[in-house]
Amino acid sequence: MTTKHTLSVLVENKPGVLARVSGLFSRRSFNIDSLAVGETENPDVSRITIVVDAESSPLEQVTKQLNKLVNVLKIVELDPAQSVQRELLLVKVRADRAQRGQVLETVELFRARVIDVAPDTLTIEATGNPDKLDALLRDLEPYGIKEMVQSGLVAIGRGSRSITTGPALRAA
Amino acid sequence: MTRPTPESLAHRATPATVAAAVNTAPVSTAPVATTGAGALVRSLEALGVEVVFGIPGGTILPAYDPLFDSTVRHILVRHEQGAGHAATGYAQATGKVGVCMATSGPGATNLVTAIADAYMDSVPIVAITGQVSRAAIGTDAFQEADIQGITLPITKHNFLVQTPEELPRIMAEAFHLAATGRPGPVLVDIPKDVQQAQTTFAWPPTLDLPGYRPTLHPHGKQIREAARLIAAAKRPVLYVGGGVLKAGATDGLRKLAELTGMPVVTTLMALGAFPDSHPQHLGMPGMHGTVPAVYALQKADLLVTLGARFDDRVTGQLDSFAPDAKIVHADIDPAEIGKNRHADVPIVGDARHVIDELIAAVSATSGGVEQYPAWWTTLNDLRERYPLGYEEPTDGTLAPQYVIERIGELVGPDAIYCAGVGQHQMWASQFIKYEKPGTWLNSGGAGTMGYAVPAAMGAKVGRPDTQVWAIDGDGCFQMTNQELATCALEGIPVKIAVINNGNLGMVRQWQTLFYDGRYSNTELGTHKHRIPDFVKLAEALGCIGLRCESKDDVDKVIKQAMEINDAPVVIDFTVGKDAMVWPMVAAGTSNDEIMFARDVRPTFEEDDL
Repeated sequence: MTTKHTLSVLVENKPGVLARVSGLFSRRSFNIDSLAVGETENPDVSRITIVVDAESSPLEQVTKQLNKLVNVLKIVELDPAQSVQRELLLVKVRADRAQRGQVLETVELFRARVIDVAPDTLTIEATGNPDKLDALLRDLEPYGIKEMVQSGLVAIGRGSRSITTGPALRAA
Repeated sequence: MTRPTPESLAHRATPATVAAAVNTAPVSTAPVATTGAGALVRSLEALGVEVVFGIPGGTILPAYDPLFDSTVRHILVRHEQGAGHAATGYAQATGKVGVCMATSGPGATNLVTAIADAYMDSVPIVAITGQVSRAAIGTDAFQEADIQGITLPITKHNFLVQTPEELPRIMAEAFHLAATGRPGPVLVDIPKDVQQAQTTFAWPPTLDLPGYRPTLHPHGKQIREAARLIAAAKRPVLYVGGGVLKAGATDGLRKLAELTGMPVVTTLMALGAFPDSHPQHLGMPGMHGTVPAVYALQKADLLVTLGARFDDRVTGQLDSFAPDAKIVHADIDPAEIGKNRHADVPIVGDARHVIDELIAAVSATSGGVEQYPAWWTTLNDLRERYPLGYEEPTDGTLAPQYVIERIGELVGPDAIYCAGVGQHQMWASQFIKYEKPGTWLNSGGAGTMGYAVPAAMGAKVGRPDTQVWAIDGDGCFQMTNQELATCALEGIPVKIAVINNGNLGMVRQWQTLFYDGRYSNTELGTHKHRIPDFVKLAEALGCIGLRCESKDDVDKVIKQAMEINDAPVVIDFTVGKDAMVWPMVAAGTSNDEIMFARDVRPTFEEDDL
């Protein structure tokens, strides 16, 4: 069983809230695999998506401690089977004239996009769940990865239900 | 949606937390023009604050100007740490929110220890700090420190005020957060230019805390399950922590205990929650707990845990703690439940509601007839064989335990006792009998040496008609005795009993037991060189200084101190250095390894169970 859990944490959009959340993780010795933050449809509310590496009982501690933060409004664990999970990857791959065709084929295969071209490199943008991006990187590796950058994971539940409504959130 | 006001929230809270959140009847005022500093001071007045402990400085100066004309009393302390502990002592003695104030930079960082202390012991205080002006924040300006960042891990919440308009709301929120739910310290950092800017002040403000919803009322199903376990148990124990005192639930606790006949243990933070003289009280559990209390937890088949948190000083080695016990764990903080020990029946709620509902459920389940006769036979036997006690020193020196015991007997159960940290603290927990809530103040979680003098000062300010005794060590006393000057000048006649053994006694005890008696850096010279001379020091600080060196003089000196009510009194009790605190569970070992005295393991009649 995987020990990775995806938490969607709705917080008040105020200065310093991210520091409160990330500080809590380090001081309680909880491990963060990935963290992404951005505004929601309500500008007063931000959404932090955290991937935590935890056994089930520490995960309960993580959510309870997060809930104690005054600026935290709501925490939902997203089941991978019931949600869509995406990361963004930008990667600069060595690709001279001889290799370019093969690299482009890989890009096609993974439904990624070329976003910049130079005589000896291609810069590729890809989104997907972490497994897909890992596979893409594995395929690109032989050509030579010059630089890469990855976003934290963001996730949203499938179906029509929304976690950003409900009594926990202020009526803006 | 209508947002809650302090009054509407006050109605929802328990009476105890109402008193804490809003110290007097809330006032209502029409908007008036003032400065940010004026709005701050008016907010303090509206919140019913009686007293602020603090020291002015550059960035908090604007606030001190309107404070000069305010009904709020300001007590000028000598070190900001003293202000913080005084606020804590005030809060613990009165149940109200304690307030301390300091300037930016070092003023604010000097509050840090006291804030951390209040956080560990869940004490409601509000710390107000000046900050450099908004434009200078982040530039390493003179006396700038990121006190909001520094105190993130040690406050329940903290604020950096951005505009003068939000000051009344933030102050109301700070007091509400400090006093309700699981209480704790809240810091409000106010840039100097925010204090100086013009604004309008109106009261009451509307609180805006959408993410803060403490659960006060327990779940009925869990309560019924707990009652069922109580009825089925053969060897239950009521494991009572500081949360019961904070919830004002001591009357209910007594009812519940007497209804069921369960034995009671009270942690270091809960002394006074259940009368020491009560026949069902086994004493304090933990590292220096009584043998019956520690044994009862170890052998229990059910722990009914109320407002306690399975601290390592109570459990000893966690995986061998209370191995056969089912756990009912009630706490207002859901994060405490299951943190250290799995709870079979988790109950989130205010201890008062939990206890009241448990009483009703137990009465309905069983009529409360359980008296657990076999369990009591075992426990009473242990009580008889392993009472708290101490040996007279063979070298003719004064026994520290005797001094503390006599203070407790002569001063009596109505006084407030306030301890530092170390051997004297443990002896004060063991040899003074606590009968009433709010009579024992100490630094339990953080273990802050130097807590006693300023906390006693704060307690005496909050309860001026009560005798307040600090039981301090010679090491602790040297950390914060500067506040005796404050006490002398402000008319705060506390009594300080310095249990002077010339050493950092508890550390020395560990060196005796675990480091082959190699006394590295624990000798303080207060015996050998009489530096400092505590009597002279007391006099220099405007106090009466007394000294006691023999058993025959102990009662006389205590009585002499009790008769002095117009000045603080310091008594230098010169005691032997070799006395040790027993019983003891060595750090990291199992409670089963409890030692009754050096090289004396209690014997338990396992067959009885």
